Amino acid sequence: MSLTLEDTKTRNKELIDEVLTVYPEKTGKKRAKHLNVHEEGKSDCGVKSNIKSLPGVMTIRGCAYAGSKGVVWGPIKDMVHISHGPVGCGHYSWASRRNYYIGHTGIDTFGTMQFTSDFQEKDIVFGGDKKLEKIIDEIQVLFPLNKGITVQSECPIGLIGDDIEAVSKKKSKEYEGKTIVPVRCEGFRGVSQSLGHHIANDAVRDWVFDKTDPSKNHFELSPYDVAIIGDYNIGGDAWSSRILLEEMGLRVIAQWSGDGTIAELENTPKAKLNVLHCYRSMNYISRHMEEKYGVPWVEYNFFGPSKIEASLREIACHFDDKIKEGAEQVIAKYKPLMQAVIDKYKSRLEGKKVMLFVGGLRPRHVIGAYEDLGMEVVGTGYEFGHNDDYQRTTHYVKDGTLIYDDVTGYEFEKFVERVQPDLVGSGIKEKYVFQKMGVPFRQMHSWDYSGPYHGYDGFAIFARDMDMAINSPVWGLTRAPWAK
Amino acid sequence: MAALRQIAFYGKGGIGKSTTSQNTLAALAEMGQKILIVGCDPKADSTRLILHAKAQDTVLSLAAEAGSVEDLELEDVLKVGYRDIRCVESGGPEPGVGCAGRGVITSINFLEENGAYDGVDYVSYDVLGDVVCGGFAMPIRENKAQEIYIVMSGEMMAMYAANNISKGILKYANSGGVRLGGLICNERQTDKEYELSDALAKKLGTKLIHFVPRDNVVQHAELRRMTVLEYDPDSKQAAEYRELASKIHNNAGNGTIPTPITMDELEDLLMEFGIMKKEDESIIGKKAKEVAA
Repeated sequence: MSLTLEDTKTRNKELIDEVLTVYPEKTGKKRAKHLNVHEEGKSDCGVKSNIKSLPGVMTIRGCAYAGSKGVVWGPIKDMVHISHGPVGCGHYSWASRRNYYIGHTGIDTFGTMQFTSDFQEKDIVFGGDKKLEKIIDEIQVLFPLNKGITVQSECPIGLIGDDIEAVSKKKSKEYEGKTIVPVRCEGFRGVSQSLGHHIANDAVRDWVFDKTDPSKNHFELSPYDVAIIGDYNIGGDAWSSRILLEEMGLRVIAQWSGDGTIAELENTPKAKLNVLHCYRSMNYISRHMEEKYGVPWVEYNFFGPSKIEASLREIACHFDDKIKEGAEQVIAKYKPLMQAVIDKYKSRLEGKKVMLFVGGLRPRHVIGAYEDLGMEVVGTGYEFGHNDDYQRTTHYVKDGTLIYDDVTGYEFEKFVERVQPDLVGSGIKEKYVFQKMGVPFRQMHSWDYSGPYHGYDGFAIFARDMDMAINSPVWGLTRAPWAK
Repeated sequence: MAALRQIAFYGKGGIGKSTTSQNTLAALAEMGQKILIVGCDPKADSTRLILHAKAQDTVLSLAAEAGSVEDLELEDVLKVGYRDIRCVESGGPEPGVGCAGRGVITSINFLEENGAYDGVDYVSYDVLGDVVCGGFAMPIRENKAQEIYIVMSGEMMAMYAANNISKGILKYANSGGVRLGGLICNERQTDKEYELSDALAKKLGTKLIHFVPRDNVVQHAELRRMTVLEYDPDSKQAAEYRELASKIHNNAGNGTIPTPITMDELEDLLMEFGIMKKEDESIIGKKAKEVAA
């Protein structure tokens, strides 16, 4: 059964009205602004975003601490990141988001380790600054090869007024100018993890860039230096991206922040071009580097061969003919390989419908990859996107697509129940709800412990994983024993 | 044994809460009441006159030394002073760090859990001047102080503070059982002080339970870290505190839900007694030049 465009639009509009009826009047009025059916030609998706979630709903969002510690800072592998406050936030953010890295953990890299100040009652009452000093001293003794320390504030730090800036300055001086970064990412700040990204970006600006002495930085430049910004190397994403840039003749001088180092951050203002993948979490520092150091930046998309091709050309056009030719060679080299992937999977996936709900980039960025496989994204939305994300989304979504910002648990369930997609792509909290409904599911934050999905290599894995989810024989065996 | 009475003294900083409360409690002890004083001010000066000490070791400082409050025994923090009055200071961080409010909560929970309230007739909380956060409102929450006595004077700021504290009590009076026991005027020898205090008490829906006259003997006793009751039991001032003590003792169950007034009403009251001049609205926001013109 396939609906015409008009039927789809009508159905989606009715669906939105239907989910809104269960809410109290005030809640319904507010949620109505976050749900829409996309109209082609409009400048954005017609939804409000980056607004406080409502009490009583199951939101999928995280907090500012998650945005700073979990996303931006956590993957910087040669620094020790202290979860400063009571133990829970640290424990539950332990071991990163599968931001792969190379190094000897516990010796010169610390990615999967967890450091916390484990606040007790007395630290709340008397303040935790002395404890923080002691922790920094202990880190210096136990992990002498660390290249820097960040202090990731949990909620109580902001409530009791600890002066983590003073401690950081003092200890930095004591350890000969060591980079120690206080980050004011208390969880209660802002409406989602998004503010945490911003605060973390600002901390890089104030405590890394502004404190780096350019005369002491002897990094040798080349005319083809680029920095990868906003790739967290989940399942190796940044690696499968980096090789393409290198193959076309560029030199990648930094990865922000997957498999990244403090030295790479410090060198980035010397890049010729910043290439920005996750716009939402790192546009702030990219804009800053453009204004202060004159480094231009360009957004790119390495999901699926169509978008990769366009992105490689876009990046190349900031450089000379050598790089432009390099890009064409890379495209030509991978084309048959990608065709083989498409030939293998397209017949199994053609026409399958997908509904997405992810963070701040993927709700639009992965759409091209699905389309390369003949699939169609019929609904999408962001946990913590802003209006500029919904503007960018218009280049990806089709007319009539169901749009849901900061979707609630109830809405998402209802939408999936009625739209009946062949695949839902979202996070761990959503996964089992939909699988129990008998709907194939892939985690689109962690790649369901698979990946990489970026780059040409990633696309082959992406295609295999989507096929595996949708065409698994298990879905034919899920009938409840009492169902006739 | 009668049911445990829990009372608290609030009031503007420097108004004489600690002095008034310790003298009054000493008088209650004289009447045979068993008393526990819980100091809830990080300055920890609520028990010095009873203990003849500069400042006793506080719950929180001892907890910090021992590791956590769970490592403490009641004996570590409880000192016994004049007429077997038991004394505890909650303590708190030095100014500018940490969270003193959380400290008050921690201490009071510790005292309750460890049976500090067993076998006493009165628990008296002596609280810091302003109810700056939830922690300092702890003693007026449910199942804590039943009656609040506000120490005040005829000074304008002391009256503002009394009104503000009444607002705090009103908030918790609806959810818990706290009541305003009355105002205690600690004389500052301002104009028409008794009349003004009495009028304010009526406005707040309570009574001026006692007017404590100013007397230098209080200062003499303070210098010796003693209450007047102990230093000069036959003095006129000692008799005043005895009278206040017996009024409080007989005030059980007579507390009221306060009716705090607006700033305008308060200013009207001050004007009525000639303390404040009526504001000339025509001069507001006018520059010197404009006024001269």
